[in-house]
Amino acid sequence: MNASTMNPITATSKFLWQVKREYWEHRGGFLWTPLIIALVMLAFMAMGLITAEFTAHQNGFTLNGIHLDQLTSHIDADAMAKFQGALDVGLITMGMPIRIALFVVVFFYALGALYNDRADRSVLFWKSLPLSDTQTVLAKVTAGLVLAPALAVLGMIVLQLGFLILMTLYAAIHGINALPYLWSPTHLVAMWVKLAVLIPVNALWALPTMGWLLLCSSYARSKPFLWAVMLPIVAGVIVSWAQITNSFSFSGWFWRHIVGRILLSLIPESWINLDSLRALEHANADPGIALGNLLSFGAIADQFASPNFLIGVAAGVAMIAAAIWLRRSRVEAYA
Amino acid sequence: MTAVVQAKGLSKRYGNTVALDNVNLEIQPGRIVGLVGPNGAGKTTALKAILGLAEFDGQLSVLGLDPRTHRTELMQQVCFIADVAVLPRWLRVGDAVDFVGGVHPRFSREKCEKLLARTKIKPTQRVRELSKGMIVQLHLALVMAIDAKLLILDEPTLGLDILYRKEFYNNLLGDYFDEQKTILVTTHQIEEIEHILTDLLFIKEGRIVLDATMDDVGERFAEVMVNPDKADAARALKPLYERQVFGKSIFLFDGIDKARLAELGELHKPSVADLFVATMKGTYA
Repeated sequence: MNASTMNPITATSKFLWQVKREYWEHRGGFLWTPLIIALVMLAFMAMGLITAEFTAHQNGFTLNGIHLDQLTSHIDADAMAKFQGALDVGLITMGMPIRIALFVVVFFYALGALYNDRADRSVLFWKSLPLSDTQTVLAKVTAGLVLAPALAVLGMIVLQLGFLILMTLYAAIHGINALPYLWSPTHLVAMWVKLAVLIPVNALWALPTMGWLLLCSSYARSKPFLWAVMLPIVAGVIVSWAQITNSFSFSGWFWRHIVGRILLSLIPESWINLDSLRALEHANADPGIALGNLLSFGAIADQFASPNFLIGVAAGVAMIAAAIWLRRSRVEAYA
Repeated sequence: MTAVVQAKGLSKRYGNTVALDNVNLEIQPGRIVGLVGPNGAGKTTALKAILGLAEFDGQLSVLGLDPRTHRTELMQQVCFIADVAVLPRWLRVGDAVDFVGGVHPRFSREKCEKLLARTKIKPTQRVRELSKGMIVQLHLALVMAIDAKLLILDEPTLGLDILYRKEFYNNLLGDYFDEQKTILVTTHQIEEIEHILTDLLFIKEGRIVLDATMDDVGERFAEVMVNPDKADAARALKPLYERQVFGKSIFLFDGIDKARLAELGELHKPSVADLFVATMKGTYA
């Protein structure tokens, strides 16, 4: 066949098709899970508001709309900033169930990514196509660390918008115009930009866990979960046990920086330094400002310079490379 | 013409088991080669080596490339159906066509759709909703729409009913195969495909024990039905195999002059299945 009848196919387009394939296979976890959580949470919130309203009526004390309006009209710039900060904290922490679900979904996605198709032998179909193992594995990394979090952010935005709509409606029922307080476009867009910026930061932080899970997924002939979870935990237990006779505090470090990083780095924003969070709590700082500081671009940039972060990235890349290498020769789960 | 597959001293062991033992073979373009052997003889190992799915010792070149180092490049020219039902069960038919079209430079979407239109398969169906026979139809449609030089089929029709099996090979011969293409097929249903084969490779315990064209097979081998009085004379000619039917003995000979055999009794062309049984005698003993 001559070259003119061949379809034009570039390495990039092949890569994108492979990411798309991961999306087809995992649409339930990647797309529907965050959206359904958002919708269920909104349904609960709506039910809560209705219940509150109903109870209030029954007890014969109605919310005094005019009174509240007067209250808000007296708000000064400083109080308004505090309110916006608190609203940001509320809107960001509201997405917590979606973040937890994202962790669980991506954890099991990575664990099965290079194992499930060997177990059901469909790997033989994928391997019958001109796809390189490197590209296949990198597409799976991208699906787990970029695509899934992006769809989770989408779910969080749906949740935030739904919440704001509910609140605006609720306030409106009581004769309050909440639009100027709740719907500050610059604030919302800035927050969404922040959520988007956090995706690559979280992705780099999650590389050790992603690499480890893919390595186990690629290596295991059966039960990748046991390999992935038991190996680090057993190692941690051994280190703790050996520690008993030693005064040097190594086991705490090992659990936190090896076991923790290998198993839990997929938790979104888990790179946030908890010590500084506690310090802020002690200082009785305003929660909005505290969160702003923790998620500020400066704090994010600091992460890139920390050895914990950089060594993690290097370890993750090395484990992904090993997973690719194993993928070349491990064709069947039972071979 | 250069060989499509060329192996020299191809060996592979799994622990203490020798799966391939110093295999030499050459497959020329435009042939349909049957690779036949009992279970565990090394067929799948040989195919895996050719497809770059397993490490091996020795030399192997497929379309002039080393499958270990040039797998991705090779797979543009080589297709394979590894086994029935290896299509992922969650995949939609339409997505499968889109995907293969998206990653394979030699895939013709038009041809694939034309092939699928002949079946009851609908683009919105998922693989798990299809019967085993339909999954194979889908896989074959995807593969036949790829203009590849070498097609490898490993037990492609295992577990299918006779209608699907016949249709499978009819499609392959009618709409796919031409002198530019080469097909390497393994199957246990040898009697069903012997009429389409041009070449025969028997593999036993990791070694190639027969490597011949079908024409050669007709020339070399002969089956003679011998009355009991001439049975000893027949045995003196060292037959490959002997079996008894209705009080007569049937002997299978390799390379004995036909005229001489005709004196002993009635001559037949042996079926590949009989030849296989004779060659593999003692495999499971």
